[in-house]
Amino acid sequence: MASNAAVPFWRASGMTYITYSNICANLVRNCLKEPYKTEALSREKVHFSISKWTDGKPEKPTLRSDSPEE
Amino acid sequence: MLRRASMLLARRPILAARARPFSTDLPAAPSADATFTEAWTKVIPNMDPPKTPLSFMQPRPPTPSSIPSKLTVNFVLPYASELATKEVDMVIVPATTGQMGVLPGHVATIAELKPGVLSVHEGSEVTKYFVSSGFVFIHANSFADIIAVEAVPLDRLDVNLVQKGLAEFTSKLSSATTDLEKAEAQIGIDVHSALNSALTG
Repeated sequence: MASNAAVPFWRASGMTYITYSNICANLVRNCLKEPYKTEALSREKVHFSISKWTDGKPEKPTLRSDSPEE
Repeated sequence: MLRRASMLLARRPILAARARPFSTDLPAAPSADATFTEAWTKVIPNMDPPKTPLSFMQPRPPTPSSIPSKLTVNFVLPYASELATKEVDMVIVPATTGQMGVLPGHVATIAELKPGVLSVHEGSEVTKYFVSSGFVFIHANSFADIIAVEAVPLDRLDVNLVQKGLAEFTSKLSSATTDLEKAEAQIGIDVHSALNSALTG
């Protein structure tokens, strides 16, 4: 088994395949023509609420609606 | 010591002969477990036994003995199914090892895709999509599953944005310091040059 096989450049710099794939997809979406571009970018928006826990109790949750980061 | 070595060598071929078959050669798993349904009907004769996920799935068609005339393609994206069991003559996929043409009867292969153009040939019509990345699984029974994260028909791409992006990432590569930045800039260059050649080629 080739365990020292040439790895792709993105894995050599510590990036995982999912990160690479998401970056490629975002770049392609940014090159779309207008109505399709806003559709694609809005399809990928996420909304989530995060609450940190300390001493077994949740603190006040924060609502985030970032566009997904790579 | 030499006698032990020759005994071990003699033993290997026997093990290889009893090796397990590849999963592609096995018959499809039965969709209902007979022992479970019998036990169920014994205890609860009035209710139907519950369906398992396997019974909702269609089993993969077996590998025919002669090469079929059409390739069946399933092309899926995370948010939509572009082609579902569509019978075509050929697809050309942008694998990392180069443009790969898939005809009916292609050997079973798993290939990783690089950003590039996927073309579906059916009769005299060709439909092209630009695929950002993904995988293609070609099964021995002439079924091809293409999964991509983002795939757009070429006419939805804007040439000016592509060229602007290419220039931007080329300059980012020269100004990049950490490995990660260099990798990101390189990815940008790869994707934009693939987009460029898809639109101009």
